[in-house]
This record gives sequence, structure tokens and C-alpha cells, in this order.
Amino acid sequence: MSTETQALQEVKKESLFSKKNKKLVTDPLSDNNPITIQVLGICSALAITVQIQQALMMSLSVIFVLIGANVIVSMMRKIIPDRIRIIVQLIVVASLVIIVNEFLKAYAPDISERLSVFVGLIITNCIIMGRLEAFALGNKPGPAMMDAIGNGMGYAWILLVVAVVREIFGSGYINLEGLGLTKIQIFPQAFYEMGYMNNNLMILPPMALVVVGIIIWIQRSRNKALIEDH
Amino acid sequence: MAIDKNSNVFTFAFAGIMVTVVGAILAFLFISLKPLQVANDEDKKKMDIMGAIGFESGTEAGQVNRGNSGELFDKYVVERVSIDYNGNVVKTATGTIVSGDKTDPFNIDVQKEYRSKIKKVVKKNKRDPENLAVEMAAVETAYPLYVCEKDGQKLYVIPVSGTGLWGPIWGYVALKDDFRTISGAKFDHEGETPGLGAEIKESVFQDKFVGKTLNTGSEPLFEIVKGGTPNVKDYQVDGITGGTITSKGVGEMVDRTLKIYERYFKTL
Repeated sequence: MSTETQALQEVKKESLFSKKNKKLVTDPLSDNNPITIQVLGICSALAITVQIQQALMMSLSVIFVLIGANVIVSMMRKIIPDRIRIIVQLIVVASLVIIVNEFLKAYAPDISERLSVFVGLIITNCIIMGRLEAFALGNKPGPAMMDAIGNGMGYAWILLVVAVVREIFGSGYINLEGLGLTKIQIFPQAFYEMGYMNNNLMILPPMALVVVGIIIWIQRSRNKALIEDH
Repeated sequence: MAIDKNSNVFTFAFAGIMVTVVGAILAFLFISLKPLQVANDEDKKKMDIMGAIGFESGTEAGQVNRGNSGELFDKYVVERVSIDYNGNVVKTATGTIVSGDKTDPFNIDVQKEYRSKIKKVVKKNKRDPENLAVEMAAVETAYPLYVCEKDGQKLYVIPVSGTGLWGPIWGYVALKDDFRTISGAKFDHEGETPGLGAEIKESVFQDKFVGKTLNTGSEPLFEIVKGGTPNVKDYQVDGITGGTITSKGVGEMVDRTLKIYERYFKTL
């Protein structure tokens, strides 16, 4: 898969909700999804999809960092010296990640503990640097924000779907205690008495890959244009 | 634009300004969020101590969580003691914890003390237990102890701190009032391998400590043996298969720390 460099022509006075801008949001949700089509950010998709609450917080963190970084870099695009642009991007992303991490530690300590190093690793999430290089550096803040929302949501829904499948079949309940809610039992006790067992394999990372694989399969069988020729 | 954005001067100026601005923002953030984070850490510490004396974590009645940890801590912890390496009492405290009072045993950051003072001594004297004792005695630090009373029984909760495979590990071990029987243990880690070393955090591993008794007369006081070893003795606990180095770290920190407290318990 080629990393597309969409250098959109900067048209003056273009509405934020023009057709082209809307496509920036909807494209990454399906036909150009960062995880299933571009296969970026897979590492965190495997690691933190055991529980929905973690996946949710991770998604929100990534969306925040992505929007922030895209908009800030886009605003500075005319003054960022070419030779240090990667470093500048890294500093922007890293500071945003630190901000997220500190806020989580202060307001959602349990989740922060569960996510542990993965919040820090948002810095290395290819989706973010990829969008900065490919989009934010060449476009205005408005479209850059739309692009960030699209890609962030595209990342988030895959994470959440994988987490729902893994938590329900792996643990048998949905635990939202870290968000101040309760634990929801999915399968009634009678099921377990009849011999139903939670699938422990679901808790292990390989099953995340399998679930992502199934999503990719469904996606490509519905849209044949996504299938690559070999 | 009149300025050449690719000139050396501009590049350096840009980098300089950017770093300063980002640094200022982050410094402000750290300072303003610090009190909340400290409070969270204290709650977590209280939760772990309650966990060591037998409370499970959760939101249901009879379980400990961030919301009620302070309340439970005040109810069950009757005394906070800090001792020195030779087992002499440095300070005892009861009642409300004064945050910021460095001498309050609760405010002793055991992990930090371990990292900055004890770790290097332990590492250097890995194969020389005699010299380790000498150098440990010279380390200037205090060891906190929480005396709890639960169901009419006195329990002594001892914080332990050590090193696993990838980073720090720590925990709390609760002893019964015979000072030899372990009534509960709680461990945590920073970044051990999930599914292997990270299992020390799970109750499956922690439950193995319950009812174990410390070794009398000979070395070691306590030990973690390889997972699956036959005839596990009373002072030994089965390690985690595939998590050997983390398990050994747990054994080392429990053994090393309990030895210090043993001298204090002898004076009681």
C-alpha cells in the first residue's frame, strides 16, 4: 500500500464542510482506514483492546493528540524550517502526549495505570506522524482538523469493535469501573453452569490480530476495489 | 515573507523559541496537576495496604477502591512505625497523616529510597551477602511499617521494593502477630512482560503467599523457587513459569526486606 501524499490545492474561502472536506472525514472511516487499509497503528490495536474502557481512553487520547498535532503543525507549516521539520513535529506530538498522560494520571488513575506505557507510545504511532507529514504540512488548519478527526475516528472504531469482541468473549463481562461505571455481566451465571467457558485465547494479543483480520476480510469483500492484485 | 525560513539563524531561533514555549507549557501543567496526582498515589498506596490485609479491590461492599481507601485505611491501620536498619524505632505516628511531613512513616517513598540508595548496594553485593549486610547498614533511610488491626487480630504490613526483569517491582507483605506467618501479599510492577512476569500482579500468584511461614534458623528467610518445583517448603513459593527473573526479584525483595523488620519484631 502506498502512502498517499494528498497535497490538496489550497483554495481560498473554502467551506469547512465542503464535499472535499467531508470526504477527509469519511474516507478514513472505511475505504482508507488507517488500521485495516493502511495497516498503521497495529501495535496499540493489539495491545490495549482487551477491555473496552482502555480502548476507549486510548482512542480518545489518540484523537486528541492527532487533532492537536495536525492543527498546530498546519498552522506553523509556513514557518517550520524544512531541515528540522521532523523534530518540530516530534516535539509537538510528544508534548501533546505528555499532556494527555498527565491528565490521565490526575483524573483517570486506574486507566492510566492499565494503559501504562502505551500512552507514551502514542508518539510512535505511525498514524500521527504519517498524517503530519502527508497532510498537515501541506494544508490549512481547517482541512487538517477534518483529516485528523477522520483518521482518529477510523482508528477508534476499529479499536472499539475489537475490544467489544475480545472483552465479551474473553472475560464474559464489560468492565467500565475505570470510567466510574459498573461491571456489566454479559452471560448469565446459568450459561456457565451449563458448561459455557470464557475464551481465554481472546485475552491474548494474537486474537486481536485475528479480529482485525476478520474486519479487513469483511471490508474487502464488500468493496472489491480495495483488493490488491498480485 | 522577508525572512528566509531555511537560513541557519532562523532555524536555530525557531528551535530555541519552540523549546522554550513547550517547556513553559509543560512545566505549568506539571505544577498544576501535581496535587491531584499525589492524592491519587496516596489512595493507591492505601488500597495496596488494604489489599495486603485481605481486601479485594472492587466497587462492591467489603471491597476496597479509590473512593473508600482512605476511610478503610483510617479504620484498620492503628499505628504507623518507621524503623532503621538495626530495628530501632525512628518514629511512630497515629491518626491523621500530615501530607508533606517527611518523617511520617506513610510519607516515606519506599520505591524512591530503593531506587536512589539501596538498589546499587544490592546489585554490587549480589554474591557477597556479608558485605551486603555491612553496606545496607550504612544506607541512610527509614523503613515504614503499618500496624493494622482486623477482626481482632494484629497484622503487620511491610512495604517491599525491588527490581524485576524490565523495571521496578514493589508490593506489600502482611505478617500475622507471630511475625512468621504471611497473611497476605500484594505486588505490582511497572513494565514486566504481560502474561509472564506481569502475573505477579494477579491474585493467582499473590494467593500462594497466604499461610506461608518464614524460615527459622537458616538462610534464606523466604524464597521463590522455579515454577513446578516438587516439595515446595513452607518458606518457599512457586515462581511463575516463564517469569523467572521477575519471580526471583520478588523473592529477593521480600527476603531482603523482611530480614530488616525481623530485628524490629524481636524487640517487641
